[in-house]
Amino acid sequence: MKIHEYQAKALMAEFGIPVPRGGLATAPAQARARAQELGGKVVLKAQVYAGGRGKAGGIRVANSPEEAENLAGQMLGTRLVTHQTGPEGVPLSKLLVEEALDIHKELYLSILVDGCRRMPVMMASEAGGVDIEEVARISPERIVRSYIDPVIGFQPFMARRLAYGMNLPGELVRPATQLMANLYKLFMAKDCSLAEINPLVITVDGRLLALDAKLNFDDSGLFRHPEIRELRDTEQEEPLEVEASNQNVSYIKLDGDVGCMVNGAGLAMATMDIVKLYGAEPANFLDVGGGANEQQVAAALKIILNDPKVKRVLINIFGGILRCDVAARGIVAAAMETQVKVPMVVRMRGTNVDEGRQILAESGMNIILASDLRDAAQKVAAARI
Amino acid sequence: MSIIADENTRLVVQGITGNEGSFHTRRCIQYGTQVVAGVTPGKGGTMFDDTIPVFNRVEEAVKETGANASLIFVPPAFAADAILEAADAGLALAVCITEGIPTLDMVAVLRYLEGKSTRLIGPNCPGIISPPARCKIGIMPGDIHHPGSIGVVSRSGTLTYEAVAQLTELGLGQSTCIGIGGDPTPGTDFIPVLRLFEKDPDTEAVVLIGEIGGSMEQEAAEVIKNEMTKPVVAFVVGATAPPGRRMGHAGAIISGASGTAKAKLEALQAAGATIAPSPAEIGLTLREVLKGRG
Repeated sequence: MKIHEYQAKALMAEFGIPVPRGGLATAPAQARARAQELGGKVVLKAQVYAGGRGKAGGIRVANSPEEAENLAGQMLGTRLVTHQTGPEGVPLSKLLVEEALDIHKELYLSILVDGCRRMPVMMASEAGGVDIEEVARISPERIVRSYIDPVIGFQPFMARRLAYGMNLPGELVRPATQLMANLYKLFMAKDCSLAEINPLVITVDGRLLALDAKLNFDDSGLFRHPEIRELRDTEQEEPLEVEASNQNVSYIKLDGDVGCMVNGAGLAMATMDIVKLYGAEPANFLDVGGGANEQQVAAALKIILNDPKVKRVLINIFGGILRCDVAARGIVAAAMETQVKVPMVVRMRGTNVDEGRQILAESGMNIILASDLRDAAQKVAAARI
Repeated sequence: MSIIADENTRLVVQGITGNEGSFHTRRCIQYGTQVVAGVTPGKGGTMFDDTIPVFNRVEEAVKETGANASLIFVPPAFAADAILEAADAGLALAVCITEGIPTLDMVAVLRYLEGKSTRLIGPNCPGIISPPARCKIGIMPGDIHHPGSIGVVSRSGTLTYEAVAQLTELGLGQSTCIGIGGDPTPGTDFIPVLRLFEKDPDTEAVVLIGEIGGSMEQEAAEVIKNEMTKPVVAFVVGATAPPGRRMGHAGAIISGASGTAKAKLEALQAAGATIAPSPAEIGLTLREVLKGRG
C-alpha cells in the first residue's frame, strides 16, 4: 500500500526523523495561510501516488503568500500527468506547503527487504535526488549497503559504514546514525516494504533533513496496522481497482482490449502473455483467487465488463480448489446481469470440468469454448464484436 | 525415487480441523499420503475423521506418532509461529500453504531456520507432490499427475498445474513437483531443488517456471550453468506486466532491471536452459529436448 508524502513525513517525524516544517492545503486560501505561517517563501508539492512530479510541474516554488495562493489555484483541481500515470493523469487535490530550504547537498537513503539475502538492507548514496536505479546502473560504486540481521537489529557500525560511505562531514555522522536508527525502527514497527528518503538533504546551515519521503507498506502486514490502512487515498487509485479490492479480487487495469479472468496469479500472467503472443493486448490482470465462490467469480467478471476498453473476454480456469461448475455459475450470473455484448472465450480444465461446460452450454449464452491455452489465445485474438 | 517427499513421509497437519485443513487432509489421504497426526491447539485428544489423532502441540504429535513432515494451514497472523513450532519439534520438512504472512515475520522465521534441520517449502505455495511415491503434501489436484521422471519446480500454483497437465498429456510423468511459492522470500528457492533433482537418479529432466520480480531466476541460472548435467526447460511469466505493480503474488513485482521476464529468460537461456516459446508449449518443448538427446 502507498501513502502520500505528507503522511510519510508525519510518520517519520513521529519516529524522530527531521523533516521540513510544513502543512497540507486543499484550497488556495489555505496555501496562502500556510505560506504566511512559514515566513513567505515556500514550496508547493502535489500530493499524488505517482513519481516524476517535479518534471511534470507538480512541485512549484512560491516567493510570497500571494504567489502561493495563485499557484495553488492553478494546481488544485487539475489532473497531474507524469511519466508514471498514463495520459489521463491522477487527481491533484492536496498540496504539501513546505518551508523553502537552502540546500547544500542531496543524498539518498532507503530500507527494503532484500529477497536474496532475506533480510532488510539499508542503502545510502552520495548521489541523491535522482532515480536510484540510474545510479545503480551508471555508477554502482556510489551506493553503499548495510544488511541488517534481524537477530541484532540495526547497529551503529552499520550506520557508520553508510555515513562514511556517502562522505558525510564528520559532525553529521552522529545525527545521521540517529536518523538511520529511527528509520529502521519505523520500517520494522509499521511493516514497511519500502522506506525511502530521496533526497536526504544537508542544508547550507548544516542540518540533515528528509526533503522527500516515501513509505510503502507490506499489504500482508496491514491487518495489524489499522492506523496505516486508514491513510489509503482511494481517489488516487483506478476506480475499478478499488472496486476489485473491496471484492477481494486481485485486479490491475492495463491498456488492451482483452479482458482476462483467471484463477491463480501465475496462470493469470501466463494468460496475459499468451494473449499478447497471439497479437492481442490484455486489458487487465485478474486473479479470482483459489477459494473463490460463485459470487466472487461473478463480481470479478463484472469488474472486467465494466471497463469500457474491453472488447472481448478470455476466461481461463484451471479447476483445483475452485471447481469449474462453481466458476461457470458465476460466469453465467454476471453475464445475465450485465447483458454482455462482447465475445467470451472460455477455457476450463480440472475439477468438475464437465459440469462446468454443461452449465455454460445450457445458459444459451454465446460462449466460445476453447480446448487448451493456445486454442483459447487464438480464438480470443480472432474474436470480434 | 523422488525428492523431499516420498514413501517415508509421515505427515502431521497443523490446522487440521479448519475448513481448508480438513478438506485438503482428506484429499492427501485419498492420494496415498500417510497422514499420521493433526495439530489444533485446544483440540488435543480428539480424533479427525475417527482415524487421525489430534494434538495440542507439534512436539507431542512427533513423540506419539513419529511424524517427520508438516503441512501447515494456519491463518496468516499465526502462520509464522506454526512454522517455528514445526522447526522446534525437529521435523525434516514443513510445507506452508498460507498466503499473506507479513514479510518481516518471514525474515525472522528464515533466520531462525538457518542451521536447523527443517526444510521449509512455501509459504503461499501449492506444496509438493511425488507421484511415484503416491505422496502429496499440498493442495494441488492429484489426478493430473502421473509417475515418471520429470522434475517440476515453480513459483506459481495453477500455472504449475497447467504445466503438469501438459506433461501428463504427452505421456511425460513426474518424479516430484514443487511449488516454492509466490512470496519474495520463500523458505526454499530454486537452487536447492535444482541440486536435488540433479542428484536424483530417477529424475531425467527439469521444468522450471519463474515469475517477474526479484532475481531468483538469475541465481538459478548460475546453478544450471555450473552444476546441472540434466536438461532444463524454463518459462518465466509476466512479460506483459507493468513495472511497479504487484501481480497478485507478493513477490511478482518488477522493481529493478533484474525483475523483468526478459532479463530472467536471457539469463536462463545463457545458462543453457531451453526456453518454452509460450506457456502453452512447456510440455512440447520438453518432449523435443528429450528427443534431441535420444
